[in-house]
Amino acid sequence: MIETKDIVKTFGDNEVLKGINTEFKPGKNNLIIGGSGSGKTTLLKCIVGLHEPTSGDVYYDGQNFTDMHFRERVPIRKQIGMLFQNSALFDSMTVEENIMFPLNLFTDMSRSEKEDRANFCLERVNLEGKNKLYPAELSGGMKKRVGIARAISMQPKYLFVDEPNSGLDPLTSILIDELIAELTEEYNTTTIIVTHDMNSVMGIGDHVIFLYNGKKWWEGTNKEIAHTDNKELNQFVFASKFMKAAREKL
Amino acid sequence: MFHSLGRYLLLLRLSFKKPEKFSVYWAEIMREMVSQGIGSMGIIAIISVFIGAVATVQVAFQLSSPFVSPTIAGSVSRDSTILEFSPTISALVLAGRIGSSIASQIGTMRVTEQIDALEIMGVNAPGYLISPKILSGLTMIPILTVISVMLGLSGGYLACVVSRDIAPSDYIIGLRDSFKPIIVVVCGVKAISFGFIITSVCSYFGFYTSGGALEVGQSATKGVVFSCIWILFADLVITSVLL
Repeated sequence: MIETKDIVKTFGDNEVLKGINTEFKPGKNNLIIGGSGSGKTTLLKCIVGLHEPTSGDVYYDGQNFTDMHFRERVPIRKQIGMLFQNSALFDSMTVEENIMFPLNLFTDMSRSEKEDRANFCLERVNLEGKNKLYPAELSGGMKKRVGIARAISMQPKYLFVDEPNSGLDPLTSILIDELIAELTEEYNTTTIIVTHDMNSVMGIGDHVIFLYNGKKWWEGTNKEIAHTDNKELNQFVFASKFMKAAREKL
Repeated sequence: MFHSLGRYLLLLRLSFKKPEKFSVYWAEIMREMVSQGIGSMGIIAIISVFIGAVATVQVAFQLSSPFVSPTIAGSVSRDSTILEFSPTISALVLAGRIGSSIASQIGTMRVTEQIDALEIMGVNAPGYLISPKILSGLTMIPILTVISVMLGLSGGYLACVVSRDIAPSDYIIGLRDSFKPIIVVVCGVKAISFGFIITSVCSYFGFYTSGGALEVGQSATKGVVFSCIWILFADLVITSVLL
């Protein structure tokens, strides 16, 4: 489980996060949603340690992550898998080398064991046989799937996903969402997904946090969203005609 | 300025922390050595031969007098090639060739979140990305400088053969005449220092890139410009201290 306690983050005079308190439970797809500039990516970066919070703490299974030094964080980081918005695959490495990279650094597995693990991860994301391709040779959806394969190569306990559907067609978006949901259930990971894609929210949002102006404005499940009377959340979720029509039918 | 210097020194300190796994770093060092060394061989060979040839022809022209020994052109072009042309001109060219590549590579990794990905995994990103480049620069740039010296002196010989301004035998005698080993030491110190400056300064500008493609280009430009300035400054200091 991951907990945030009074997370505040400022950049100069701009207070982006204004005291976020929440819990992210294992085995659930925890979604952080909100408009552009609401602070959702900043919150994710504070949780994973890419940004240091101005004040407040992040706890990984009761351990205060914020107070730890770089070296102390390494054991927790080895249990983290992250899929970035642009996949962040290493350009100079093949698909297989990307997936084997954390295994090379942090395990004593033999070459064949690492190859087996890479093949398993690629099969898991339906990319068998793409081992020797370079990231530049992959489509956007394939890059996302390789990113997921790399993220799960170390069998992570915590899975972070930043805008998994950006730049993808609707069908591929659904496939990526389903894959993340399956992996969350399979490995019982604490999964945190930052998104503004309403299909993802309605499809896999076991636990949804809505950020508004740097504050946690609403929290609940995807089923509860349809019936909430929170004005700002309704404006955000049901902005499109399609979503309005869908809500009327619910 | 002091802020940048502090960040540069802190980055260097982080770069030389104990590696997570030496074998992975070793593979990176080897890859960098190939990229920096083999990749730069062609340009170094071309400029060295031509600079050596031009230096010899110019010295022969300037010192053509019945009162000056004909072997002097060989001695002067040897000293200027070993002391200045090979280490400094090569370093300035390598700042463009290697330095811009380092700054843009690391800068691109920064803006495409690849460095964030390394940090999330628990990898010491400066150590993994920068230390192999610096160690490779400290090894390959002196080797390239030695090659440059040999090709520069060969270029001088070729100029003698082609132009006939100086007899090739006089040039060879001049090369061997009154040789002082200290110039080789100075050349070595310069090559090692320039190797460190090129790789570390360009890595610094690449690592602290923020923004997008435009800023990556700016980082590469800044890396090359600052490397060149520091190379020339270090050149003056080393020459003043050691000679």
